[in-house]
Amino acid sequence: MDWFLHPWPWYVAGPLIGLTVPALLLLSGKTFGISSSFRHVCSITFPGRSSIAYLRDNDWRKESWNLLFVVGILIGAFVAARFLSAEAIVLLPASMATPTGMIKLFLGGLLVGFGTRYADGCTSGHTITGLSNLQWSSLVATLSFFVGGLVSTAITHYQGL
Amino acid sequence: MRISSLFIGIFFGILLIKSEVASWFRIEQMFLFQEAHMYLIIGSAVAVGAASVALIKWLGLQTVDGEQPVLKVKPLQKGTIIGGVLFGLGWAITGACPGPIYAQIGSGQMLALVTLAGALVGAYLYALLKSHLPH
Repeated sequence: MDWFLHPWPWYVAGPLIGLTVPALLLLSGKTFGISSSFRHVCSITFPGRSSIAYLRDNDWRKESWNLLFVVGILIGAFVAARFLSAEAIVLLPASMATPTGMIKLFLGGLLVGFGTRYADGCTSGHTITGLSNLQWSSLVATLSFFVGGLVSTAITHYQGL
Repeated sequence: MRISSLFIGIFFGILLIKSEVASWFRIEQMFLFQEAHMYLIIGSAVAVGAASVALIKWLGLQTVDGEQPVLKVKPLQKGTIIGGVLFGLGWAITGACPGPIYAQIGSGQMLALVTLAGALVGAYLYALLKSHLPH
């Protein structure tokens, strides 16, 4: 059981991640996707939520399962890091804990929030769910995600930014 | 609302950490084509997801509520590409797509709260600008 406390190989983790799609579909009657949670939080808390159409016309109460799912991710990640890992989990470079690093995280996060809402989905809603459903739009979305990621990585890696 | 969403979320959160999909370093390795880990994870997840969806349709399985499961087809729009590229830029910078942002926070990496703040402001900006953007 020693492997259990170390990072899991792709052939264990990948298929299990794929099972999230039928699990949510059959046990909750919902379509797997995470970035819509950003919209729901804005609809609940942000100023102007009653006048901005995108936030006002969002029936977040009907989609509150999505926020429950997000709470689940927080709990699951806590359990995995605290009880299912032999070594300390390091997910971000130490350089992010500087003012410059935090500006990067904020601006990068801004692109994630803006981009996923504009594209109507992220890696879960488009790449995993949409491709599983053989949707043309999700293939285009996934390729676009990778174009953005490759450009961004090339700039920072080869320019030493 | 079914409590099952919470438990499936916990299952998914554990996987994001144990697969290291929520690791900035894994994302960089993926975009530099230095290791196959992320591609194999995404590929096998999609393969299992697609087989499951096909099986559900073929067998005509119903949800726990006795309904026909519906996967809403998203239309292909300009935003799919423009928004998709913008998200990709942010994904590589932060090392996190939306699920992993929450997973990083849950694992105790509190810096990811900054990423989440950015994502919420980004979604808010989209809400404000939506009518002026090409779709």
